[in-house]
Amino acid sequence: MSLETLRPSPAFASVLPIEYVDLVEHGPYTNRSGDGSKQTVKVTDMGKFKEVIEEHPMCAGCAMTLFIRLAYIGMPNPEHTIVVGTAGCGRLAISQASVPFIYGNYGDTNAVASGLKRGLEIRFPNQKKDVVVMAGDGGLIDIGFQGLMHSWFRKEKFTTIMLDNEVYGNTGGQESGMTNHGKVLKMAPRGKFGDKIDALGLAKVAGVDYIARLAPTNPARVARTVRRAIMVAREVGHSYIQAYTSCNIEYSIPTPDVMKDAFEIEKERYGFEEIVSPEAKAYLDEVEKKPKTKKTD
Amino acid sequence: MANVKGSSVCRTAVDEGKPADWVPGGEKQTVVDPMEMFHKLPREKLFITGSEAARESMRRANIDIAIAYPITPQSESMQQAGYLYDEGYIKEYYRGEEEIGTFSAISGASRAGVRALTATSGPGLMRGMEAISSWPGARTPIIMLNMCRVINTPLAIQPDNIEMSFLLNTGILLLHAENQQDFYDYPLAAIMASEQVDVTLPAVVSVDGFFCTHARGPVEVTPEEFKLPPRDGWRSAVPAMDNENPPARISRDAPIQKSNFISYHMHASWQQEVFAAVERSAKYFDKYLGGLIEVVNPDAEDFIIASGCAVSQAREAVRQEGEQGRTVGLVKVKSIRPFPTEQIFEAVKGAKRILVPEFNQAGWLHKELCAVLYGRCKAVIKDGPRVFGGMTMPTEMIMEWLAEFRKEVK
Ligand SMILES: Cc1ncc(C[n+]2csc(CCOP(=O)(O)OP(=O)(O)O)c2C)c(N)n1
Ligand code: SF4
Repeated sequence: MSLETLRPSPAFASVLPIEYVDLVEHGPYTNRSGDGSKQTVKVTDMGKFKEVIEEHPMCAGCAMTLFIRLAYIGMPNPEHTIVVGTAGCGRLAISQASVPFIYGNYGDTNAVASGLKRGLEIRFPNQKKDVVVMAGDGGLIDIGFQGLMHSWFRKEKFTTIMLDNEVYGNTGGQESGMTNHGKVLKMAPRGKFGDKIDALGLAKVAGVDYIARLAPTNPARVARTVRRAIMVAREVGHSYIQAYTSCNIEYSIPTPDVMKDAFEIEKERYGFEEIVSPEAKAYLDEVEKKPKTKKTD
Repeated sequence: MANVKGSSVCRTAVDEGKPADWVPGGEKQTVVDPMEMFHKLPREKLFITGSEAARESMRRANIDIAIAYPITPQSESMQQAGYLYDEGYIKEYYRGEEEIGTFSAISGASRAGVRALTATSGPGLMRGMEAISSWPGARTPIIMLNMCRVINTPLAIQPDNIEMSFLLNTGILLLHAENQQDFYDYPLAAIMASEQVDVTLPAVVSVDGFFCTHARGPVEVTPEEFKLPPRDGWRSAVPAMDNENPPARISRDAPIQKSNFISYHMHASWQQEVFAAVERSAKYFDKYLGGLIEVVNPDAEDFIIASGCAVSQAREAVRQEGEQGRTVGLVKVKSIRPFPTEQIFEAVKGAKRILVPEFNQAGWLHKELCAVLYGRCKAVIKDGPRVFGGMTMPTEMIMEWLAEFRKEVK
């Protein structure tokens, strides 16, 4: 474990950076079992413990930042997690976290993560390393589409999280493949042509083992979903989370109304949905120590 | 042992049909010191194609992961990498989705701290260029074999090394193999140089497609029971991507996302360091390859400077010139990046005429030489002969150019 590889001498305890001490003593590091079964840092305590991500330069009120903070709290073993990101708003926050971050070219996340995960398995045969891609809708469904699909079909053992703000936020508000039909945005002056791409449907076709859609309306559920997705990727196959993370700037949502919007969109078309393969379900039942449900049919 | 215990897709070698007592080929090999392998071990002479030479090189290179995407004339070598994986000399192997995916994935593998190999040709190199050109800044040691072929329209699969010119200013280490023997030796040397702490850069070994990859030539190989030392992921100019660090704000690839002086300075100094690392690799190549250049007839007045297949053609021209009583010198440039400026200058400082034959339209080697020898060397540097699009370069052509050159420059 990382904290065992490099352990500060007790003589230096008094001069260790406060950030380090807080993360280890009052944060998500070492505070848990590593498999997500004993989650001692609770979402409901947010604000009372040291988070792996705190400062970020994203817009005030951006729902994406809330989701990203929750996702980090949900990680079952942040000490052995690597996040792969790409150009897009999310990486402005992700790169500030105390979890190693890879920043490649725009749209390369799922290819990079494929090589990374396989490389880590060779190098650390006895230590599971969790690889998590967190990227925007444009980064995954447009420029990264090919890499995304192939990583799914190859059943690469990592997690993809789409930060779906339904727009290219970072380049100033152009439409993306995940924008809804008819929406007027930059580069869609007459409204988006074509429908929002059914990424969940594609994930189903590709046989992704754990698929979830959610909005950040229920913080505990976000953390739990992220944890489940990572656990499935660790042992079973690929996992995909699609999160509605509104862009209040480009969609002109007044900052105080960001959560109201999230609840409305959730109700309208972004309800919580989980699609779990039988293998993933059996595995989750086991780690979550739930009694196996008997098949009735 | 990843392919024994289970690959990324949960399959074990036994699941894939290997007997339970299967021992991967790589585990039967013994690690030797690179200098021992390059200069001391006995060698057996084979008569094999360039692709087969690449296979024998890979067999001894202790490669952890190879990611392939087919393109002529590269495919044969990466198929051979597949067989090596099957024999257990390479631990992990798969066909990528296409070149951007393949070269992004290989950078992910290198970030994980393992030895990673890929290969490509012409259009594949161009397609993957965004990924490739980000390898040096990401300080990812990677070995890429590059079997050169035509790029640009009209599409063709023929040999032509114009694509190498696109790699010159990337910060990638770049060797140019003359023949099958070099295509066996250079990848091994390139791997060891690229993984030195003061280098930590990707390396490309280019070879002229078909002429070398698909033709047989003599190749002296070391015994296959010896392999290079493994990559040590912790010996690196940047932290390995393994989380074996205390919790801290660690971004392996610093995103420079502000438009202010600190970010300009950060990018600039990072780039300076990449190109300084290229220069620092020279001492390793010097050791491993026995010099960055080879010089024939050092006292000549007329010189040919060439790289790749053009060297072989020039060698024969030099021999025939000698038969006719004329001494012509030859400088073989083994390493294009780092560029052996001082060594070349020393070799040709007494020359009167320098001819630069090339297998490409742009004459990139000629331009390189003019740039570094300008104002330092009295010789006239003539660009040609140049053939491209798949043409061969007969030795008579080089000799005719030499005769013409002597008339032009008395
Ligand atoms: C090869 C390449 N093409 C285009 C860009 C420009 N670019 C940077 S971020 C971005 C859009 C990001 O949108 P999305 O992925 O949806 O993330 P968001 O910013 O909305 O979170 C684009 C087009 C780039 N950096 N690289
Ligand atoms: S532009 Fe939109 S998505 Fe990006 S940080 Fe601002 S609110 Fe968030």
